[in-house]
Amino acid sequence: MIPDDIKALPTVAALFNTAPEAVVGGKLERGELALEIAAEDIAGVCAYLKEAQHFVRLSTVTAVDWYPQEPRFEVVYHLHSPARNERLRLKCRLAGANPEIDSVTAVWRGANWYERETFDLFGIRFRNHPDLRRIMLPEDWEGYPLRKDYPVTGNRV
Amino acid sequence: MGASDIPGVTVVEAEPAEQAPEVDARPRRMMLNMGPQHPSTHGVLRLVLDLDGETIMASQPDIGYLHTGIEKEFEVKNYQQAVTLTDRIDYLAPLSNNLCYCLAVEKLLAIEIPPMAQWTRVMLTELTRLNSHLVWLGTHAIDIGAMSVFLYCFREREDILRIFEMYSGQRMMTSYFRIGGLALEPPRGWQKRIKSFIDVFPSRVDEYEELLTNNRIWIGRTQGVGRISIEDMLDLGVTGPMLRAAGLQWDMRKSEPYSSYEKFDFEIPTRTENDVYARYLVRIEEMRQSARIIKQALEGMPEGRWTADAPHVVLPEREKMKTQMEALIYHFKIVTEGFRVPAGEVYQTIESPRGEVGYYVVSDGTAKPYRVHVRGPSFGNLQAIPCMIQGTLIADVIASIGSMDFVLGDADR
Repeated sequence: MIPDDIKALPTVAALFNTAPEAVVGGKLERGELALEIAAEDIAGVCAYLKEAQHFVRLSTVTAVDWYPQEPRFEVVYHLHSPARNERLRLKCRLAGANPEIDSVTAVWRGANWYERETFDLFGIRFRNHPDLRRIMLPEDWEGYPLRKDYPVTGNRV
Repeated sequence: MGASDIPGVTVVEAEPAEQAPEVDARPRRMMLNMGPQHPSTHGVLRLVLDLDGETIMASQPDIGYLHTGIEKEFEVKNYQQAVTLTDRIDYLAPLSNNLCYCLAVEKLLAIEIPPMAQWTRVMLTELTRLNSHLVWLGTHAIDIGAMSVFLYCFREREDILRIFEMYSGQRMMTSYFRIGGLALEPPRGWQKRIKSFIDVFPSRVDEYEELLTNNRIWIGRTQGVGRISIEDMLDLGVTGPMLRAAGLQWDMRKSEPYSSYEKFDFEIPTRTENDVYARYLVRIEEMRQSARIIKQALEGMPEGRWTADAPHVVLPEREKMKTQMEALIYHFKIVTEGFRVPAGEVYQTIESPRGEVGYYVVSDGTAKPYRVHVRGPSFGNLQAIPCMIQGTLIADVIASIGSMDFVLGDADR
């Protein structure tokens, strides 16, 4: 659950007022605010944060693989507001089997390549993405290298 | 064949010429592959251009040719070993990447870096900025047709690389910043070397400006070229001098100071013209400001240690290791198994010569990073190419993409 001191922060409070069920957790560690968002709400939350909370920049999108835990994947978004000089991290948990999440390319066009990279290296599919192809690896590559069950060296069996 | 007046010679009659194909008066659409081996893409960037005559209707950058799986490799190195990987991401700004990674891990470890190390880091990172901007200026000028600028720029770059070599033994892949401070004590006589460089450098910038700033060909090739609106840039993830040339005064050295940048007096140059020429002027002014920072660091360098007081992270001095039991134990433990980093996650950003470098480091409490994600500025900047060059002429593509100053190693990782 979310501690009260985080709920008191202006961004979080505003987000709570609009979409209380979307925020499922939060942490403020080492001066960095991280909110856990329900995966199905991510596009709506991002749109709100951009339009109403001045988070005009999406710094990066990536993922963390917590294999063999379930839910296995964590998609991580780093938002930034140059006007308020504030950064915010959003995280969504996804199950290991057939991981899928809504794309945020409609909110920031810049999400395009970051989501392609995450798809390429983790195998997470982004729904409604305009051009979901591999970006780093060849089109016919098998497997997703940044998953923890993908070997670092040696031939795959 | 018919007979001719000269006996024994026959005349070959020309066949009636074929109907000439009808020339299509409309400009024709054409797909053109620029790269991946094009000399002006400075790396391996493939750009698929959809042309209508000489006008670009659409374009599609294709990256990934330099992907080497650096993020995966982080996970099998211990924290200190992984510093060497950060050099190789952006080979024109290795120390900026060193710094960002070290700051991220130091934030997880919660260790305090002594002022002397912080100032040396600032000084060398600014030299890296000069180094990177010099390579950019030289190669960008060559792309546009001014050959001699390159030689001037590489003259100064050589001095900078010699300074790096003096500090670390390496010209490019220095790995000089380590978690907990610096790799080695600054070499004897460093003040003299930096001073002799920084005393002449501003006059060298004047020389570049003499060659270019009022050069009519340079102005003709760059002014009004490569425009892209500030909203588009923010939306697409562009950072760094590109934004400042459009008038956004945003520099993380000021807005989110790290490594004691708040103690230095410098300005953030901005322009509002938002074209290739403005980006050139911004970077030239950034070089002058970096020179100011280096000068301040040289004059006000604090005394003290170059490593943090954290025996579980920093290797002990050789002398202590040979004479003290605890130092020997720490030495053995750090060398054989590295050091453990408390579980958690940080996202550290710094202002590199190209824009926002970000390191997202996730620790699970062991001696190796669980996950490191590198946000390279070139990756975000490259995404803006289609938006920037759409509707412009093919002759301006080189100037436009050159003004982005990307490094493909940084984009592909």
